[in-house]
Amino acid sequence: MKSIIQSAILILIVSGILLFINAELNKGSKSGTGTITVYNWGEYIDPDLIKQFEEETGIKVIYETFDSNEGMMSKIEQGGTAYDISVPSEYMIEMMKEKNLLLPIDYSKIPNIKHIDPYFLDLPFDPGNQFSVPYFWGTVGIAYNPTLLEGQTFESWDDLWDPSLKQRVILVDSARETIGMGLNSLGYSLNSTDLGELREATDKLKMLSPNVKAVIGDEVTQLMVNSEAAVSLTWSGQAADMMYENEDIDYVVPEEGSNLWFDNIVIPKTAKNIDGAHAFINFMLDPEVAAQNADYVGYSTPNLSALDLMDPEVVEDERFYPDVETRSHLEVYKNLGLELLGVYNELFLEFKMDMK
Amino acid sequence: MNKSRLRSIYSIPYTAWILLFVLAPIALIVYYSFFDLAGNFTLANYRNFFTSVYLKLTISSFWYAFLITLFSLLIAYPTAYLITKTKHKQLWLLLIIIPSWINLLLKTYAFIGLMGLYGPLNAFLEAVGIGKQQILFTDFSFVFVSVYIFIPFMILPIFNALDKLNPALIDASRDLGADSWTTFRRVIWPLTTNGVKSGIQVVFIPALSLFMITRLIAGNKIITLGTAIEQQFLVTQNWGMGSTIAVFLIVFMFIIMLVTKGKEKGASDNGKAR
Amino acid sequence: MERLGKLPKLYLAIVFIILYAPIFYLIFYSFNSGGGMSNFEEFTWEHYAAVFEDKRLIIIVLNTIIIALLSALLSTTIGVIGALAIYFMRNKKMRNAVLSLNNILMVSPDVIIGASFLILFTMIGVKLGFASVLISHIAFSIPIVVIMVLPKLSEMNTSLIDAALDLGASRKDVMTRVILPFIKPGIFAGFFLALTYSLDDFAVTFFVTGNGFSTLSVEIYSMARTGISLTINALSGLIFIVTVALVIGYYAINRKTKMPLTGVKK
Repeated sequence: MKSIIQSAILILIVSGILLFINAELNKGSKSGTGTITVYNWGEYIDPDLIKQFEEETGIKVIYETFDSNEGMMSKIEQGGTAYDISVPSEYMIEMMKEKNLLLPIDYSKIPNIKHIDPYFLDLPFDPGNQFSVPYFWGTVGIAYNPTLLEGQTFESWDDLWDPSLKQRVILVDSARETIGMGLNSLGYSLNSTDLGELREATDKLKMLSPNVKAVIGDEVTQLMVNSEAAVSLTWSGQAADMMYENEDIDYVVPEEGSNLWFDNIVIPKTAKNIDGAHAFINFMLDPEVAAQNADYVGYSTPNLSALDLMDPEVVEDERFYPDVETRSHLEVYKNLGLELLGVYNELFLEFKMDMK
Repeated sequence: MNKSRLRSIYSIPYTAWILLFVLAPIALIVYYSFFDLAGNFTLANYRNFFTSVYLKLTISSFWYAFLITLFSLLIAYPTAYLITKTKHKQLWLLLIIIPSWINLLLKTYAFIGLMGLYGPLNAFLEAVGIGKQQILFTDFSFVFVSVYIFIPFMILPIFNALDKLNPALIDASRDLGADSWTTFRRVIWPLTTNGVKSGIQVVFIPALSLFMITRLIAGNKIITLGTAIEQQFLVTQNWGMGSTIAVFLIVFMFIIMLVTKGKEKGASDNGKAR
Repeated sequence: MERLGKLPKLYLAIVFIILYAPIFYLIFYSFNSGGGMSNFEEFTWEHYAAVFEDKRLIIIVLNTIIIALLSALLSTTIGVIGALAIYFMRNKKMRNAVLSLNNILMVSPDVIIGASFLILFTMIGVKLGFASVLISHIAFSIPIVVIMVLPKLSEMNTSLIDAALDLGASRKDVMTRVILPFIKPGIFAGFFLALTYSLDDFAVTFFVTGNGFSTLSVEIYSMARTGISLTINALSGLIFIVTVALVIGYYAINRKTKMPLTGVKK
């Protein structure tokens, strides 16, 4: 009995000390014109820039992270939190707009919007950029390691079906991307709502099963870097991460076309410090800041003026900054509604169950 | 009178926990399971469960949960037994638990590296002369990593049961001429069944709803009910269907409890008869 | 003290090697000057230096430890009471029903627990942050404590309690001098596994946290998309070494001071 009480008291004392240290550490941060809470993906901003923003504006930044668009939306929808800034992907912006979870952006407070490439503005998921400002963008394509292959190339999606790739292809655990690849390879739209087309795409995917090594998520980066996998369906940002670690890897967007994706900055309806949020957006659009951020994160920036400040070797890389001709084959996801999203996922599950 | 009232005052926190964090969420889940995407009352989710892939998922979940529990038990029992025989048994026991305090995602990434084609495990296999094997994304890797995760949960209760075992009983059994196997079967095992049973509960029940490992280590070649629920809640945003699967999961758990319970009653009766 | 033969020693050694292999793998790459957990380039301490420079990360680690310790302590307390209540229940049907309810949180996927707790907290009006995370961790750790304590209770010889009562011991004495000492191993097992549950949880914490409060798990999972930095490896290495040192140190001190006592008891 004694030892139980002793242990309990010891734990309480240790927790008390830690709580005190924590409070002291938190105190160090000065309070200026309020705080803003930024809700973002982990490692998706250069932490030095947050410090710089705090020093320039006197606004303290609380940084919180999420690991999926859907999880982030559930939290914002439920309330109880005070997020001033978030960075959803484009289809999620459309969904959040429908649910009235976003506040309109006041461009009189964001003069730096002039630096953004007009190509990335006024897109169907957010006409007139009423609710969102581009942060990073990219494509979906095939990352592959030529040193592990026997000269196969991937100009076309159909190249993945090549029998020589048995058990070597890694797909991504996301219904829109994988079914979308099937649709693309058949020449259909990524936003197909035609059940016949979707069925056809799924059946075609099932033929790919012998080549599929696994259907996974972000872990693919490590597998490609380790030369564990030779070919993978992936986002350009992730491909950039892979290439940073392993120079053998190459990335290509097949000619039939593919997806063009965006992560945009938004102000959720949970925002408490709307002026602070605008100041933050304007700060992130500053060319020097955007250039430094793109350099840290490694994704493609939509900031035209920033491109001039960046390493020309990066900016001229057609794989990550494709020319206008390639861009014309790219399609942005539309929000298809929950009903169809369910259909996509059911077909995807059917494909996964068929894999074994 | 007074004493029983006192006792019920003590059990207030536990009762409150059951009401707030068990019954209330269940009520919520059952409620959601009757609604479709548009928010209309429906029984379609339940119909859907029986007519679609979910039955197949149920069977595969049970099969893998069974395998995981079986191998955990096979490995944990001797480990627990041997630890009770060591000099610093409490320390060794703690050293079994410590690895589970390091983040699971990180350890899983480490396993991806360890089991990879160019990882140390394959290097070893090659050195031994077996040659490179595809280890990741197989049934083996899935069961292996799951057992790795659950093993401390199995070892602890078994250790606790074995540790208090009276050595005189074993000596007596030996003196009466029983060989080691008979001693184990007739003396040690029956006295540790309670510990083993808790071990099985804390491994089998959560193993039914494993999800992250199915993707990271099995490459989605194994799909469980937990994965399906997670998808329904997060990706498809179909909370109705997700809740329906969860309702079935809870029902299955109740059935398991009922089945294992029948034996425990006997065991505790035995204890009292002693 | 019995000696272990060669074969049993080898068996234990293999079990421990497997248990620690992934952790040493993580620590090994924490010294990698390259960016990830492969292709070891050069030895470096830079990731360790980065841990100490990142104040936010340190706060998060402290948060994680505080939540783990407090939630394990409180859930153990409530869980032990729960186990006692279940044990003393006379109605067997009732007992089974409560036990099944007890296990529901263990079979429910984290996403469901997280989502329903979030709905619960916003309904009651609990501010999301430290308190909501602590309460949730207590809530999902209680079942494991109950399951760890119950077998010890049912192993207990009831004649022990009767004897104590016959000898004039009060109910309180029976509790503190007979029952609790007997089930102590179960209580400690429950506490340590509750720690494990708390340290490992991502999904539930993700849903119920807010207002700048974060734990290490949430941080690590949300890094997955852009790649987990080796700073986290270095941090895990540090946590691991400190934990092992604490455990061994505590054990050694405990043994030294309590040696005579336990010696006599045996």
